[in-house]
Amino acid sequence: MSESRASRASRGSRWPSPGRLLLSLTGVLAFVLLWHLATLGNSRTDIPGPYLTVQGLVELIDSGQLLRNVVASLFRVAWGFVLAVALGIPLGLSIGWYRTARLTLNPVIQMLRPISPIAWLPMATLIFGASTWFDASDLAAIFLIFLSSFFPIVTATASAVASVELKYLRSAINFGVRGHRLVTRVILPSSLPQILTGLRLALGIAWVVVVAAEMLGVQSGLGFQVNDARNNLRYDLVSAAMVVIGVTGLAIDGAMASLQSHTLRRMGQRMGQQR
Amino acid sequence: MTADDVKIRLRNAHKRFRGDQGDVAVLDGVDLEIREGEFFAIVGPSGCGKSTLLNCLAGFEHLTSGEVTIDGAPVGDPSPRRVFVFQEYAIFPWLSVADNVAFGLAGLRRPERDRIVARYVEMVGLQGFESAFPHELSGGMRQRVEFARALAVDPDMLFLDEPFGALDALTRMEMRREITRIWQETGKTCILVTHDVDEAVELADRVAVLSTRPAIVQRILDNPRPRPRDIADPECRALRTTILEVLGVGSSR
Repeated sequence: MSESRASRASRGSRWPSPGRLLLSLTGVLAFVLLWHLATLGNSRTDIPGPYLTVQGLVELIDSGQLLRNVVASLFRVAWGFVLAVALGIPLGLSIGWYRTARLTLNPVIQMLRPISPIAWLPMATLIFGASTWFDASDLAAIFLIFLSSFFPIVTATASAVASVELKYLRSAINFGVRGHRLVTRVILPSSLPQILTGLRLALGIAWVVVVAAEMLGVQSGLGFQVNDARNNLRYDLVSAAMVVIGVTGLAIDGAMASLQSHTLRRMGQRMGQQR
Repeated sequence: MTADDVKIRLRNAHKRFRGDQGDVAVLDGVDLEIREGEFFAIVGPSGCGKSTLLNCLAGFEHLTSGEVTIDGAPVGDPSPRRVFVFQEYAIFPWLSVADNVAFGLAGLRRPERDRIVARYVEMVGLQGFESAFPHELSGGMRQRVEFARALAVDPDMLFLDEPFGALDALTRMEMRREITRIWQETGKTCILVTHDVDEAVELADRVAVLSTRPAIVQRILDNPRPRPRDIADPECRALRTTILEVLGVGSSR
């Protein structure tokens, strides 16, 4: 039994089989073909087809704008996400573990959670507008990213901690492990798979939100790129930026997925098969 | 039995749980005396409260009334002096075999810890699997890791809560031999809770038979047969029949 589980667990880590790769490729090609047919004869001020998009992409790469904007967006996401992890995981741990913390903080968090980070934009610019030691618009965007990842991370961590199996807690306590050691030696490792799922989800949301956050106030980033190109009626550059947003998002998610599957494999679980 | 070789004493132990329809009595005045170094089995029908009894001995739960003393002192919080072995593998899936066995040894220096880990990994026959993770092991091997982890802290006693319940029949037989050998080698007081009468007959010096819930001790039976035991031999079969009769399922043959 354990052998078959181990082999199934490792299968997910290998490269996809040629058959699966072929199917994925077929889907992508069909999409590009449909896109091409639907936009046949359009100019760059209209909705552009794949060919114009590629031309736009080359233009963005040549001018150096693309690299600058991708880096700017990644920078904001990295800051916002890291802050959300640094605050969200400890907060989630305490909400999941301490009844008092749960009763006090959970209602507030659950109420703030459904507010779209974009709705915070006016407040964010007001809060950080006075900042002189750092670019105010950058801070506002980072704050939005932080908000967008913070709540999923807190929620995932709290529910992971609340579902740590009693037998693990009891055996740790049996061996005299208590207090913060119980957190670091048992609660955290045991909830890690679920926390990682939350982190992956949060990073996906952060990448979606950064583009929206960059449409107002900032002078760099992929969201700015989309908006700027639209203002210049360069829809080929808009679609080129959209392609870059998609591909970068895919790469970020892939990196998180491989981190997640690596951790799960160590614990003998597969993706999508968590407690 | 003289007073000073009694390791664990339960007097008039009552345990009630608050349920939806009022209180549920689980233990209804249990009296037991368990000796130092003894292998003691508690058998009873499923759901009779024998696991609750063990949890109270270990300090995971507390009696509603009555008293439980170990070495003359009331049982407080769980302690590494008394290690619980769970029915479902409670070894940590995020730690390797060696790290699991070393779990209770955090206070020791590295060479000392490594020496102890090596000793108990060998005792349970898992040499070569030190760096394996639990999911790479069979059920029996995982249970061996749990025994090694428990023994590594050198406890006074082991609480075994249906430790072979999740294993297949053949592995279970093999594990009984192993536990007998380990018990003889280490001399720990062992308290085994099980609904498997054969298991109790093969392993225990004495067997307490509990009633259905709310549980009381119906009978305590001695089994002085030398080990290793063959449960097919006549005296073991006779004991088995007696236990089944006390449990009320005696005429099954």
